Amino acid sequence: MVPTNYYLILSAILFGLGVLAFVFKRNIITIFMAIELMLNAVNLAFVAFSQALAQSDGEVFVLFVIVVAAAEAAVGLGIIILTARNRRSLNVERVDLLKL
Amino acid sequence: MSGVLLIFFVLAALAVFGAVSLILQSHPIHSALSLILVMVSLAGLYLLMGAEFVAAVQIIVYAGAVMVLFIFVIMLLNAGVEERTNFSKLATFGGIPLGLALGGIIAAAVARSSGHLPPPAASGAMSSTKQLSMQLFSTFVYPFELTSFLILVAILGAIVLAQREN
Repeated sequence: MVPTNYYLILSAILFGLGVLAFVFKRNIITIFMAIELMLNAVNLAFVAFSQALAQSDGEVFVLFVIVVAAAEAAVGLGIIILTARNRRSLNVERVDLLKL
Repeated sequence: MSGVLLIFFVLAALAVFGAVSLILQSHPIHSALSLILVMVSLAGLYLLMGAEFVAAVQIIVYAGAVMVLFIFVIMLLNAGVEERTNFSKLATFGGIPLGLALGGIIAAAVARSSGHLPPPAASGAMSSTKQLSMQLFSTFVYPFELTSFLILVAILGAIVLAQREN
């Protein structure tokens, strides 16, 4: 059996890489993919705890997270299409209407 | 080293490689393919943990539906290579230490809590899919019904956002 800690550490590493990608990427679609990566890392921790405690609550939560992520992807990509149509660019630095 | 541990390390290395590749690739379509690699290796890890249903859902919904949506949008918008802009000084001198600090805090929390974790259950103790469905349709039945409403709202929102105004 693989110790639960290994799964948790892998989950933390993936989450950290997702945060780094979120901060350092400039393409709005790639930033959105970084959010999906963070959600996946959290799902891994959920399933690991579910297995460690021998209860299926964690797996139910993973299903809910996947549903919310799918809904979020649909709406978010709609917003991305609108932004790209209005700004003629996918670079987030061009989306600066609220910047002083 | 046992075979299970070996499979874990191979899948974990694939997942981390995919995540690093997502950051380093400059073309969005390459980033999307890297993310698919991460998702498929995570599905393998779920199988290794004995969560077959979650692994199947991960492949079908994430690697299938969500990533196809991403790739459609990348191609629809004809997204090219990412523009290189010079990072602000705040991002360079504040962002990297803060990112490393976040990773350090999470790792320290995991390392400190290692004594409190129960040992992994014996394999087969959790008959996952049947138990999962019983729980989903009894304890969590109201949240489950609410998700259908959430998906309906998301579909309507996506249609309203993406349509051209006449």
